[in-house]
Amino acid sequence: MSPAAGYNFGFLDEYAKKEIRRATLKAVAIPGYQVPYSSREMPMGRGFGTGGLQLTLALIGAGETLKVIDQGSDDSVNAVNLRSFIEMTCPGIDTTTSVDEADLIQSRHRIPEKPLREDQLLVLQVPYPDPLVIVEPSEDKRKVQHGEADYSRLLVKLYEDLVHFGEITISHRYPTRINDHYVIDPSPIPRWDVPKIHQSKALILLGAGREKKIYAVPPYCKAEPLAFDDVPFRVEDFCDEQGVRRACTRCGCTTSFLDEFVDSTCGEKIYQCSDSDWCDEVMGEQS
Amino acid sequence: MRKILEVEGLSKVYGSGCPECFRLTGPDMDTNICPRCGSVVAAHDLTFDLFEGEILGIIGESGSGKSTAVKCLYFDQPPSSGRALFHDQGEQHDLFQINRAKQRQLANHRFGMVYQNPHLGLNFGISAGGNIAERLLMSGARHYSDIRLRARTLLERTEVLGERMDELPKNFSGGMQQRVQIAKALAIEPPLLFLDEITTGLDLSVQAAILDLILEIQQELNTSMIVVTHDLGVIRLLAGRTMVMKYGRIIESGLTDQILEDPQHAYTQRLVASSL
Amino acid sequence: MLIKPVLKVEGYSKHFHLHEQNKVIPSSHDVNLEVFAGQLTALIGPTGSGKSSVLNGIFRTYLPSNGRILYATEDGHTIDLALADEHRILELRRNEIAFVTQFLRFLPRQATEDVVAQPLCRQGVEHGQALERAHQMLAALNIPERLWSVSPATFSGGEKQRVNLARGLISKPRLLLLDEPTASLDSKTTDLVVERIEALKNEGTAILAIFHHPELVERMADHVVQLSVPKPVKHECEQIMENV
Repeated sequence: MSPAAGYNFGFLDEYAKKEIRRATLKAVAIPGYQVPYSSREMPMGRGFGTGGLQLTLALIGAGETLKVIDQGSDDSVNAVNLRSFIEMTCPGIDTTTSVDEADLIQSRHRIPEKPLREDQLLVLQVPYPDPLVIVEPSEDKRKVQHGEADYSRLLVKLYEDLVHFGEITISHRYPTRINDHYVIDPSPIPRWDVPKIHQSKALILLGAGREKKIYAVPPYCKAEPLAFDDVPFRVEDFCDEQGVRRACTRCGCTTSFLDEFVDSTCGEKIYQCSDSDWCDEVMGEQS
Repeated sequence: MRKILEVEGLSKVYGSGCPECFRLTGPDMDTNICPRCGSVVAAHDLTFDLFEGEILGIIGESGSGKSTAVKCLYFDQPPSSGRALFHDQGEQHDLFQINRAKQRQLANHRFGMVYQNPHLGLNFGISAGGNIAERLLMSGARHYSDIRLRARTLLERTEVLGERMDELPKNFSGGMQQRVQIAKALAIEPPLLFLDEITTGLDLSVQAAILDLILEIQQELNTSMIVVTHDLGVIRLLAGRTMVMKYGRIIESGLTDQILEDPQHAYTQRLVASSL
Repeated sequence: MLIKPVLKVEGYSKHFHLHEQNKVIPSSHDVNLEVFAGQLTALIGPTGSGKSSVLNGIFRTYLPSNGRILYATEDGHTIDLALADEHRILELRRNEIAFVTQFLRFLPRQATEDVVAQPLCRQGVEHGQALERAHQMLAALNIPERLWSVSPATFSGGEKQRVNLARGLISKPRLLLLDEPTASLDSKTTDLVVERIEALKNEGTAILAIFHHPELVERMADHVVQLSVPKPVKHECEQIMENV
């Protein structure tokens, strides 16, 4: 699509992009702080990644390489849709499925297994930016609590989980404290991915289109999932009944986050790497 | 003996207020509603001190404004005028001049408050132990087992069965809810505690148990307290000094036994004589 | 050598101004007395002469209408209790001045031993120690051990009176005020009480007491002060009205 068709590079007009970039700068300057911005109407419904999309459109430039994944996979419907749209509205960019080749990675619900580099950018799609929303309905009070770093309400929820279930039941969107102040909702990534946010070499940006907030975890920033001193944070263990760590049936990897499927032919449960590019890479190394 | 709180000229008017409000209300005018502008003069010109380790009683009937001072001091309501100095750990805090964040900090870490209505003091959405844990977490506690132990200890101290600590407050009787409130208020051992009609509406035997508990705790922790009540028996049991309020003014104050045995003001005499 | 009294009351008068009934009720008039360390001063006089009123006035349960109540504190100062600051009075009550009235006031569920130990606990004595001394005192006053952990609510008048006394005597106050301490007691128990009071006297406590029986006054008093019924109402009332 060219400017002749009436669309600006990146679909959004320059003012919109400028505002998003300003919001992003503010977010990077105040790690973990939710910066409000006027989220534009996009040609797709809210809830399909419009926040992440607006960030990508405002930041990507001709000559740069884009990767889009959804739940770790490059070829799920939403990932394909988004990638096509961005390609269409940003003439001159390249796309890839390889993490190594990408300059900007937009992702829904996963962080790639392969550690990112300083010259890369990760954009995460966020449904609900505010971790306090589950314990405090009033936005005014939430703002004050964030400002004063008073997360006692949230910690009490964790306490109550431990009391009633013996463990913290939050599986994804695990509240994480950034740079010793703001606690963020890191988007619906699994617990497995939360440690990747800590001291990440790449800048991580989080965009919520429906909720109109942008926030960031700058590179080499402290990111600590909320926990108690004597009940440390733990990730998914993927062990079977015998305590043996499961492997990906496709590539055999035992160190990645696994998706559980039911094999349509034999009806059994099988496990595969959620990160398709990672799986390909491991497969490639074996041959 | 050191002062922990100095209140000077505290006034609270609900409504627009007018220059005649104070002159046209009070015990002499037999009303706390200004006939000119209709504003309610809940409290006017309250001046008193609280010393470390003492229990000060504020007694009055409905409409006397007895809860008003406490509401202002705990920042539930802003005063219309007046000053309050809180002396704590070598520092002096001008309560109505500091910003909201500092006020919240003091309220969360240095004050305790027990309301007549447990719904104001407790979070009914979390367990009794969780309510106490919240207070501890707010003050920086991060060790789950320690928090749990302390919550249990506090609840047992206020005579709530340890086994019930994980239940929701709505399953408790009124008296027990009050006791959870007290445990919560004391969780961080605040130097200053406000008790606003905490036994009103409770059965007599429960009242006695709670007052008993308050005194024991005061003895142990040397907490300074302001006890607001309309019940002479509560004042007699708890307070060393008492202030009598009517229509928003302090009409008499002194040693509790003196107020009860040798009341000077006509209203106080009537009040004491009316006690069953 | 003139020994300074621990307590010197000069011209103490008390009347009650009842606003509702518009009456003035006289209670005590122009009382003068002295109490010395290690000695007992007894107040005698007919009913209505204001004996209890004097004790109440000294303790500040009553606000004296007139007069001075000069008390020599532990640390060597003399203060007028009638004018003293409320916190000072509370401090003195906690540490130096005890008043055993005719009524035993206790918390609804407090055990007897705790009732008696309370004054010591208020002074900061460690709980276990305070209880031990309470036990000693209770034993000396013949309160059986099985009653120590029970609330005094169900005790007889005489037992209550002894608990009251135990509480008053336990902290070995500098000044002790006693209002008919043996009123409900039989002669044997009275002797026990007398023993305790004598023991306190020997330790230097200054005692001002009202006794039920004249022979107790004989037995115990080093000084006797006679009170008379205060002047009639009308005269007082006119005086006060003029002063208002």
